[in-house]
Amino acid sequence: MIDSSTMQKPKISVDSLNFFYGKSQALFKISMAMEAQQVTAFIGPSGCGKSTFLRTLNRMNDTIDRTYIEGTVMIDDQNIYAPDVDVVHLRKRVGMVFQKSNPFPKSIFENVAFGPRIHGIRNKSDLYSIVEKSLEQAGLWNEVKDRLNNNALGLSGGQQQRLCIARALAVGPEVLLMDEPASALDPRSTARIEDLIGDLKKNFTIIIVTHNMQQAARVSDYTAFFFEGELIEFGETKQIFTMPKQKKTEDYITGRFG
Amino acid sequence: MKPGRRIFGTGFVFITQASAFLIIGLVIFIFLTIIHGGWNTLSLEFIFSSPKNGMTEGGIFPAIAGTFMLVFIMTILGVPVGTITAVFLCEYVKKSSPVAKIIRFAVNTLAGIPSIVFGLFGLGFFIQFVGRNMDKVLSPPGELIWGQPSLIWAGLTMALLTLPTVIIVVEEAITSVPREWREASLALGATKWETIIRVVLPNSITGILTGTILAVSRGAGEVAPILFTGVAYFLPYIPTRVTDQFMQLGYHIYVMATQSTNVEKTLGIQYATTLVLLLLTFILNFIAIIIRYQLRKKRIA
Repeated sequence: MIDSSTMQKPKISVDSLNFFYGKSQALFKISMAMEAQQVTAFIGPSGCGKSTFLRTLNRMNDTIDRTYIEGTVMIDDQNIYAPDVDVVHLRKRVGMVFQKSNPFPKSIFENVAFGPRIHGIRNKSDLYSIVEKSLEQAGLWNEVKDRLNNNALGLSGGQQQRLCIARALAVGPEVLLMDEPASALDPRSTARIEDLIGDLKKNFTIIIVTHNMQQAARVSDYTAFFFEGELIEFGETKQIFTMPKQKKTEDYITGRFG
Repeated sequence: MKPGRRIFGTGFVFITQASAFLIIGLVIFIFLTIIHGGWNTLSLEFIFSSPKNGMTEGGIFPAIAGTFMLVFIMTILGVPVGTITAVFLCEYVKKSSPVAKIIRFAVNTLAGIPSIVFGLFGLGFFIQFVGRNMDKVLSPPGELIWGQPSLIWAGLTMALLTLPTVIIVVEEAITSVPREWREASLALGATKWETIIRVVLPNSITGILTGTILAVSRGAGEVAPILFTGVAYFLPYIPTRVTDQFMQLGYHIYVMATQSTNVEKTLGIQYATTLVLLLLTFILNFIAIIIRYQLRKKRIA
């Protein structure tokens, strides 16, 4: 357990989380804490539950039929699975970027403005300044400022993914969940996304799922290794990659399985 | 290879080609016959004037107007209901749930009912039951305003008839909206309702239009459902209220061909009316295709 007297209060703390798809259990007794303004990476082989776990943090699994959860997820001081929690408000605080870039078939401007509009911002100049700020934060502004009204589907894959990041930032989240955000991109676009993660962590708490261990080592401060629905090891990235405590972690990061 | 097999192969190719050409030939034959028979009668005056002399002369404007009104009422009643039903089926019930199965069964059954049965249902339910009871409440004593065949009841009956088509086509369109877009919307804090209104329906618009076109093309040509529910043999005027009766092109053709005082004399009118009905259907389809094409281009551009 993390000693609260010596450390800053974690942004997210998860306690004994079990998760089920119908009758099959996908996550077993996960307990861990994620620090504010840090990057936490989830690694592990396919099907280990890392994406499922990520999706419990903004309750995206609620949208899948017959899923069931036990345990608590605290963000700041709120249990996000408490009955009185407003999921809409939660997802405003916890943004998400998906593996496959998924811009809407609308203009670049409308993509970024989608979230703010839903949350009640109508004023055109307010919307414009949010769009500009979000695109700047996502490192896309200079590339698209002259063609905000063009269809977002005309952007390159890397640009589309940064647009999705800008879209997520536009609702003003505190936490950003990223589900293998660069796995479908070429190395140059991947490098841009990784640089961006480094910039964004000044303002946001970032949690990233990746199957690329070099990426986890490059971008994250903390790393959690999952295997078959269990959290095997969690610690500072440097420690996980240089002196893992668990045999399984070592086997995985040295490429003995995966 | 045995020679017999080659002969069968060649023979089969011949049969497939022959049946393809037969269909093309039939279409051309039908068109040429109609155009040949109706071209001399067809004129602007024919389109914009009323029948005269016991419908042996004059134009068909009341029938054209009636057809448009009927299709309009049918569309504004049927397409929204069909779309909402499709949304319910796709977004609010699980595919395998009993509710979904019952609705699908009902939709498929509805699609298989002969159109004359819809007409009888319209007469029995809408006119005799709903209309008569509305008269008891709304109309002066002894007067029949709602409880008789009229545009509104014919439109409703047609809407019912085309409902399954609309539901099935719109459902397909909604299902084809990628899950990733819904997830993106939900993850931004949109509710399910907002996601449907802002993401799912705008991206199903081509499907909704296709459903509308199919309904309209069918509605413009069907006669059986309106026989008992509102169509008139002859009206010298254009309906102005939803409780008025109306003339309709398909029924007008039937009347001219079988009930006319002088079938020989009206042959030209019959052909020309048929030509107008066909052109109307084509124009409607053509407009819809252009709208769809424009929408698609806008999405990709």
